[in-house]
Amino acid sequence: MSAPSDPSALPADDAPEGSAPDPAAPLTATGNLRRRAAVSRVLQGAATAAALLAVALFSLVVYEVAKEGLSVISFGFLTTDPNLVNLGTGGIAPAIVGSIIIVAIATAIAMPLGVLVAIFLTEYAGRRSGRVVRMALDLMNGLPTVVVALMIYGLIVLGTHEESGYAASLALAIIMLPLIARSSHQVLLLVPGTLREAADALGVSRWQAVVGVILPSALGGIVTATILAAARAAGESAPLVILDSLIIGNTVHLNPLHGMATMPLTIFNDLALGVPAAIKQAWGTAFVLMALILAANVGARIFLARNRSRLGL
Amino acid sequence: MLIGLCGFAALVVVVVIAEVIYQVISGASPSISRFGLPFVWHSAWKPNLFIFGAGEMLAATLITSFMALALATPLGIAIGLFLSMLAPSWVRTLVGPLVEMLAAIPSVILGLWGVIVLAPFVQKHFEPFLHGAFGFLPIFGAQQTTGLSVFTAGLVLTIMVVPIIASLSRDLFLAVPRDLQDGAAALGATRWEVIRGVILPTTTSGVIAAALLGLGRALGEAVAVAEVIGGGSTLHGSVFAPGTTAASRIIDEIESLDNRLHLASLFYLALILLVLGVLTNLIAQAIARRLGGEQTMLVR
Repeated sequence: MSAPSDPSALPADDAPEGSAPDPAAPLTATGNLRRRAAVSRVLQGAATAAALLAVALFSLVVYEVAKEGLSVISFGFLTTDPNLVNLGTGGIAPAIVGSIIIVAIATAIAMPLGVLVAIFLTEYAGRRSGRVVRMALDLMNGLPTVVVALMIYGLIVLGTHEESGYAASLALAIIMLPLIARSSHQVLLLVPGTLREAADALGVSRWQAVVGVILPSALGGIVTATILAAARAAGESAPLVILDSLIIGNTVHLNPLHGMATMPLTIFNDLALGVPAAIKQAWGTAFVLMALILAANVGARIFLARNRSRLGL
Repeated sequence: MLIGLCGFAALVVVVVIAEVIYQVISGASPSISRFGLPFVWHSAWKPNLFIFGAGEMLAATLITSFMALALATPLGIAIGLFLSMLAPSWVRTLVGPLVEMLAAIPSVILGLWGVIVLAPFVQKHFEPFLHGAFGFLPIFGAQQTTGLSVFTAGLVLTIMVVPIIASLSRDLFLAVPRDLQDGAAALGATRWEVIRGVILPTTTSGVIAAALLGLGRALGEAVAVAEVIGGGSTLHGSVFAPGTTAASRIIDEIESLDNRLHLASLFYLALILLVLGVLTNLIAQAIARRLGGEQTMLVR
């Protein structure tokens, strides 16, 4: 819909196109109706332009990361250690492994807790306790990530005097927990009541109904929620900057009790170094990280859509 | 047994919230007892002289966040309207996920893009224009050399907040009863009049709550802001000068602490962010609950 330059120059149309069916429309458009239709069209155009702007921004960022990143990526970049002498050069293997381990630990903590909280909310919570827990989840979801990171800093890093991968995992778990709990809660609410009643009618206990009937039928949604939360955590950087360090993270190692290199931290440090070689490494890392995250998002969406249609929702 | 596990998990959630509050307060306590409440508005930050104050950082935090809110709210609402009312369904299924995936781009990557691509663009195109048009206002001061500035940080925050407001308000608009819209259309309302007369009034509270949630996100964002804001130590009058927000200060200095009071003051900054975050969240919830009823379910 393009904006007409001069509303009065519009031909008199008695059925403004694009609007809902309008049986009561007058047969001839008065000047007032023409003005209203023009206003409507201009503002619809503005809304369309806003959506285009968002899509354009997304495409711009993805294009830039892909263009710069692909010129850096090679098999060696993905599989070798960074150069210890020339900071900001070399491969990013430790960062890829570190990101995977840290996010895996966070998921292993947050997923069971999140699902249990969701079950608590749907199956067991009274009115009062449900409200308290829901409110706590909302607050947790609204916590700035720096605050979560500093809390773990006070809890762990100040005590052990070492920045470490598992401290970062704990912070990421706190960030993931409300996301998983909320989405799982919504999925569990969607489980048809008839399934519950059928289980009750068969005389099974509540926990058997939950484990045997309700959870399996909600599994797709829970898995989707977990993937999305893990993707979010993988891109989270404030906890890594505060809790993790690259000092021991320059070679691939699997011990989260020490600092581990991660992809967001690599990008952040490269940008701080600021030299051209480091910026190149940052783009390469950004490409790998973003490809993983977007793939997880697209995959989760497709999985959810397929799951939905199977359940007939 | 399951009820025990579930109760335990629910308890963990509540305990974690309490522990966050406790840790942040106890970490900040040396700074609190030294500076008291005036820390919030005093503006000197000299770690080597044991002088700390959050004033300038909070000002930068508020400027960037409210700039993001002012730009992102109309944009987000417009996108929400497009996705719920205007777009044909195939466009909807294509554009909706793209807008949501804008939110999935990690902030550290958005910051990288902000430094390398957006900042030079802002410096070359936005700054001369705004300075030329509104240069008589001191906030649109002379342009700087890098483009790393409070203004650029506000733009990056806008990009992060838009998808939040857009997807929340789309869900709100979709939940407006079809009957009301049809009724307005049958009375001769144009599509915009349906939006203004029916859609927006019935969803006002939810949209305000969504904007507040976006604001909360902007207030606490640390890494992307730390990357693009340029890390200036003092607040200049102009938004085109570098600055430092409370969150970006924590990111900048946590690895290079001068003394215990320095760390405590960073915790104090986090405490202020925690209070601001909790407040915006609670207000959003209260608004959604009081005015919205049904909408409460939709606003996360």
